[in-house]
Amino acid sequence: MTTNTHSTAALAAAPSIRKVDLEQLDRSLRRPRTLVSFCLSVLCGILALLAALPLLSVLLMLIWRGGARLSLALFTDLPPAAGMQGGGIGNAIIGTLLVVLLAALISIPLGVLGGVYLAEINPEGPGAAVVRFCAKLLTGLPSILAGVFAYTTVVLLTGRFSPLAGGVALALIMLPIIMLTAEEAIRSVGAEMSEAAIGMGATQTQVVWHILLPTAAPGILTGVLLALARGAGETAPLLFTMTFSDYWLTRHLMEPTASLAVLIFNFSKSPFEAQKEFAWAASLVLVFIVLVLTLGGQALSRQATKMSGL
Amino acid sequence: MSPPTQQREKIARPPTAREHAVDRLFKWVTGIFAGFTALVVALIVILITKQAMPAILKYGPGFVVSRHWDAGKGQFGILPEIVGTMVSSTIGVALAAVFGIAVAVFLTEEFIPRWLESILKNVITLLAAIPSVVYGLWGIFVVIPTIRPGCNWLHEHLGWFPLFSTPLLSVGLLPAALVLTIMILPTVTAISRDAIAAVDPLLREAAFGMGATRWETIVGVTLPTSKRGIYGSIVLGLGRALGETMALAMLVGSANVISPSLFSPADTLAALLANKFPEAASPLDLGALMYAALVLLILTLLVNMGGEWIIRRDSTGNVPGKEAASK
Repeated sequence: MTTNTHSTAALAAAPSIRKVDLEQLDRSLRRPRTLVSFCLSVLCGILALLAALPLLSVLLMLIWRGGARLSLALFTDLPPAAGMQGGGIGNAIIGTLLVVLLAALISIPLGVLGGVYLAEINPEGPGAAVVRFCAKLLTGLPSILAGVFAYTTVVLLTGRFSPLAGGVALALIMLPIIMLTAEEAIRSVGAEMSEAAIGMGATQTQVVWHILLPTAAPGILTGVLLALARGAGETAPLLFTMTFSDYWLTRHLMEPTASLAVLIFNFSKSPFEAQKEFAWAASLVLVFIVLVLTLGGQALSRQATKMSGL
Repeated sequence: MSPPTQQREKIARPPTAREHAVDRLFKWVTGIFAGFTALVVALIVILITKQAMPAILKYGPGFVVSRHWDAGKGQFGILPEIVGTMVSSTIGVALAAVFGIAVAVFLTEEFIPRWLESILKNVITLLAAIPSVVYGLWGIFVVIPTIRPGCNWLHEHLGWFPLFSTPLLSVGLLPAALVLTIMILPTVTAISRDAIAAVDPLLREAAFGMGATRWETIVGVTLPTSKRGIYGSIVLGLGRALGETMALAMLVGSANVISPSLFSPADTLAALLANKFPEAASPLDLGALMYAALVLLILTLLVNMGGEWIIRRDSTGNVPGKEAASK
């Protein structure tokens, strides 16, 4: 009885089973119940380890097969023609950077200000509910359909494949990520600060620009970085909006352009060993870009939670 | 964070007329930008439907049940693609559910020290960051050579069984489904982990107090309590699986056939779009692809809306109402 009240008090103090000294429990594996429990624990552990295996395998293959081609020429030369040796993926790197930049220019203003509307201007209105619902739907939109959308709008209107069409397609994928994380980040700013500003005669606009956006900046930036990472890795939306090119981008900009993702797709089907190697090298560069953006976003979000915790 | 100095110098004063005007304008702009999202969703549905209209009028509902895709003869049907999408997604989701829930349990029930937990959690999160096209490449050069001997052994010895009735030449349904599993694993794990972690610790401790073993607690208390979130995670995983494009376009084989064999090449809706769209020549060709895109759009919208709906219903079974929206 005493031990019982004792443990209840301990639980009330810290609601966690960590406090219980499990080692003192008698767990004989000869009993069927404990044996079943033990076996399930082992099985669960094996499944969890198996689930971690693919990432390890992908990273090892990237370093092994992609690293073999790593050189300065990789970043400065054009891809080799069929059956040729040497070359690089310089035009694809530039193409990817350009299209992601275009997508960012479209999606960041729309996403951040849309997030401001959802979190601050009119958070409870029916309009906000509709927008939030549509943003959720866009998150689940198959990326190839974003490409179909950009095709029916930009490509059919301008009559050509271009980085602009690719940028619109990627912006569609990045927009809901940015908007929903921006809303979340702005909402987590304490009400006292904006109330103090309003009390001093600030308009809502001034509150947004001087208080909410600077305070929520790390959270918003997290969303932006994660969205950029997602956009940089997308292939399907670029297949028939930007297509591919074997040459450098010219001044016209409105022409088919290479990208890392489409280069990997095209060269993976190639019968030539040299082109396959470039598919791996391009994957290494692409995964490096994506992982740097993702890890940067995660580090920022940890910092943001730490700041709001203070 | 302190407000900028210029703000501080002015101390308190009412906003000027100009500031009011700017305020109104800014509110309008944010509203328009937010509304843009809704506009885009509407535009996607309208434009794809409009482009698909010639094909819808010409082929009608028969398009969905016809097996032939021959641009030369003007025959189009997407039954093999619908079946392939369903089968590959079902296998992928079933495997991802088993692994995802196991990982979610492993991450929440204190099997391993905290630091190991956070490493495993980050590994699973990073799985989601790898681009689809890289998984496709990895599938071609790693997964297929690894599983081919086992699959062909099954075909040789158990070839009478419909599931193993063809050999695995290179690309096929099974490698595509396996890579799909890895791609949706992070979705299933993250959402079911949140659901399991949200279970009241008192329930768990009550079960321990009654003498239940760890797994009797997990199977009897924790999982049933968090089942709604787990179902939701599986449905949202299904939504991702249906629309997943590149890895499948590279691994599934793009063969317009319906075969009971797991090792046979097949096709999916998204892979069909990725492979055929760049070379679509005639307007009717394009119309048929748009029709397929519309079917895919409707399918994923329904599944995703279903998943969100399941997750947003709280554990007492209430349909999300005003209280849920304000949270």
